[in-house]
Amino acid sequence: MMEYGYYPGCSLHGTAKEFDLSIKESFTSLGLGLKEVEDWNCCGASSAHETSEELALALAVRILSQAEKAGQKTIVAPCAACYSRLKMANVEVAHDAGLRKRISHIIGQDYQGNVAVRHVTEIYKENKDRLAASVTKPLAGLKIASYYGCLLARPKAVVDWDDAENPTTMDELVTSLGAQALDWSHKTECCGASFSISRGDIAVRLVGDILGAAKLAGADAIAVACPLCQANLDMRQSAAERRNKTTYKLPIIYISQLIGLAQGKDAKALGLDKHMVGAEKVLEKLSAAPIPHGEKKPVAV
Amino acid sequence: MLQLNAETVHTCRDTIKRLSGEDVSRCFQCGKCTAGCPVAIDMDVTPNQVMRLAQINGRERVLASSTIWLCLSCETCSTRCPADIDIAKVMDTLRKISVAEGYPSPEPAITGFHRLFLASVEKYGRLNELELSIKHNLAIMKPTKDIRLAVGLFSKGKINPFGGKVKDRERVKKIFAESQRFVKVYPESIEREAE
Amino acid sequence: MVESSKDKNITMHTYSEVEQVKGYVGNFDVRIRKKARSVEMSKCTGCQVCVEACPQVVPSEWDLGLGTRKAIYTPFVQAVPNVPVIDRSVCRIFTKSKEKCGAACVRACAAKAVNLKQEDEIINEKFGAIVVATGYSLHPWQKAYGEYGGGRYKDVITALHFERMLQASGPTSGHVVRPSDGKEPKNVVFIQCVGSRDESKGVPYCSGICCMYTAKQAILLKEHCQDAQAYVFYIDLRATKKNYEQFVLRAQRDYGVIYTRGRVSKIYQKSDKLVVRGADTLAGVPVEVEADLVVLATAVVPQPDAVAVARMLAIPHDQFALFTEAHPKLRPVESVTRGIFLAGTCQSPMDIPESVAMASAAAAKVMGILSHSELMLEPTIAEVNAERCSGCLTCTKVCPFDAITTVAYDGRTVSNVIASVCQGCGTCAATCPASAIILKGFTNEEIYAQIEAPFKRMEKEVTAGAPA
Repeated sequence: MMEYGYYPGCSLHGTAKEFDLSIKESFTSLGLGLKEVEDWNCCGASSAHETSEELALALAVRILSQAEKAGQKTIVAPCAACYSRLKMANVEVAHDAGLRKRISHIIGQDYQGNVAVRHVTEIYKENKDRLAASVTKPLAGLKIASYYGCLLARPKAVVDWDDAENPTTMDELVTSLGAQALDWSHKTECCGASFSISRGDIAVRLVGDILGAAKLAGADAIAVACPLCQANLDMRQSAAERRNKTTYKLPIIYISQLIGLAQGKDAKALGLDKHMVGAEKVLEKLSAAPIPHGEKKPVAV
Repeated sequence: MLQLNAETVHTCRDTIKRLSGEDVSRCFQCGKCTAGCPVAIDMDVTPNQVMRLAQINGRERVLASSTIWLCLSCETCSTRCPADIDIAKVMDTLRKISVAEGYPSPEPAITGFHRLFLASVEKYGRLNELELSIKHNLAIMKPTKDIRLAVGLFSKGKINPFGGKVKDRERVKKIFAESQRFVKVYPESIEREAE
Repeated sequence: MVESSKDKNITMHTYSEVEQVKGYVGNFDVRIRKKARSVEMSKCTGCQVCVEACPQVVPSEWDLGLGTRKAIYTPFVQAVPNVPVIDRSVCRIFTKSKEKCGAACVRACAAKAVNLKQEDEIINEKFGAIVVATGYSLHPWQKAYGEYGGGRYKDVITALHFERMLQASGPTSGHVVRPSDGKEPKNVVFIQCVGSRDESKGVPYCSGICCMYTAKQAILLKEHCQDAQAYVFYIDLRATKKNYEQFVLRAQRDYGVIYTRGRVSKIYQKSDKLVVRGADTLAGVPVEVEADLVVLATAVVPQPDAVAVARMLAIPHDQFALFTEAHPKLRPVESVTRGIFLAGTCQSPMDIPESVAMASAAAAKVMGILSHSELMLEPTIAEVNAERCSGCLTCTKVCPFDAITTVAYDGRTVSNVIASVCQGCGTCAATCPASAIILKGFTNEEIYAQIEAPFKRMEKEVTAGAPA
């Protein structure tokens, strides 16, 4: 069994618990293992790099070094912000031996730069065929607006596996699950998650723009792959509704949860009850959809 | 009046180049950064004006601007810049210079949030989401802000009141202590610190 | 075009391609492939009955897909000559389509001009001089500009599409409409510098013509659609020639065109509108327009096969594949290869008056050559000393102008410089292992003499000034 190092980051142990749950479920079903990086620390996003280059690098590199020490060659970081920070740290130390030495000194352990950082959607994309084969309850009739936000589309040095202006990884996944992937305008617009607490007015405005665009495209739900985007779009939705005097009622669902649903897993086990905007309508729509003939068995792994 | 003279006109550009590797003099003021910025409307100086001011050593205005703190680091500007300038990285650099030189923050809620965020990470090695929110709301004198949301999250089991902690907290403290010396990169600010 | 086609001193080869150019000034051997038009020009009367009879309809390249043409067609009404051509790649007869047309064109033609068996014709002809006027192409913006929709939005068009719509004989009969629903647009955004002045996505240079044609199109929009409002997003306005500035001011003052200084960052579809997100850097605010139609001024770039053409002609080009003039100030219409001249946008982006001026200058230069029975050349050219030449022919390989041929001398093969082709660069003289080539005016003896002269003078001065 292929086993990846796993860096959940702070969110997946707190407000994004359901992302953690559903990723583990889906990886098990794909025959992929996940092992948490030993004694990991916060990657520092998004406050550290705003104030100190060294601190930002040191926090990220300690995580990578912990993985390297345990012999983990590849780590999966589901949080787009963590993913971006870790991969960027790799890029920076790879180019500057002096910097690597300095950072190694700060964190009190060596890092050779041998740990690859990957995002969970990348892994799904790689296993798209097996994923499609494991679908037992296609998400037929469901219209999904895939939202990538900033950090799953940019910068090019980090997200070198998708297009910056019109990324398609999640859309392809959504399609392979039997749902309809919508072409919409706000795939890569920033949701302002880092201001969700400090400048809520800005975050709420940006959230409203994104939700409005998804609604206009006819979405039943928005698919995300970043805990910050999810939290912001979900928790600030009611405020955005009040601000724009409208209703969106758009559940913000992790791509891993959609995978779980398509694999016929229990909604609760996937943490679908943990969102502020409930997914009941989506679940109703799914259960109302006719089950295709010759129901497929889950692929043995 | 911004005085232009041979001795100082390139100072800001040169500092940015030394610290970030980015050359702001490549900017030819097309304005695409401002056009695509999700928060340009909230800024007191637009992103293209920041680049221009950096070119002509309008450093005071840039370093005191809300712009550098309102930048979300979403990288839209960097991705689309026709001159291939990593504008988000320039903003990062300007923030650091601004802090090092002791400019007061025009966005205390944002800078305060960053401070509390880092304090939490320094203390536990990981972020304590609950503690951060409470402390932030107390700091901005709105203790009941988002209280309904918090109750909702709590009932859904999404808040871990104790938060996660790193075992090797000594090391985390050391990382913070050692890295804080980043200010030494800036000769001007060392002098200020020494004073 | 019509006038030129009727001039007794001009032979026009349309639907033809120059395949090979050999020789040198006054003596070019050119091979031209006259492609099989499948219609005999001598018989065709230009009645267009064959075109009407043809059932095969395909998108028209001339109208950039806004309109259609037949498989047998003339590209546009004023095309010269007024003789149709069969596009064999789409013709039902040639593609052996299951949909039969029964050779409708052949049957329709009373003059029996349609000839399906016609083959390409090769013409070999000698010419004294060549003027290269191969024109330009437009930047393939769809690949580079995902933020403008990358071609996904029907109502984001290029200025050339807009130009086609303005034409009375064009695909929309002169009406400006949205390609998506045929409705007249109200808010129309013109975006300049799409692909130009963009090092990361296109070319760094300014395309030179867009400021003026955009102003013209914005004015004509208002002439065509009374209720329309034009917005022009520009970076810098370049209206530098006679009356140009006044023209742009007229667009702003008399036609109410809103000029907004800032590059557009993104275009996205919102219901049936296109949201254009830009900035007004003069006001220091981001701005948005909910537009009905967006017109892109795409960059002027060289033809896709410009490099191949340059190679065939042995003329240099720059890093963008624009052909290089012999001297940027003093010889702007000549290539460095003698007898080959440049005109128009193959050399640099330029507008119509400049292209006409350049073409006129090139024609005058050609006449300067052709009106004399002998060529007057710079005397500094290379010369082979046949006695010393070992016949290794290294010089023929290094000459950048293909100016060295071989001749028989005393039973041996030796190098020989064609005086009219040689540009006097000296590469051959420097390369020749036997020192058999000299550059006239720059022989070793002459150069040494020049070096020695000042020393001799110094020596004299030192001797003269030395104390007795």
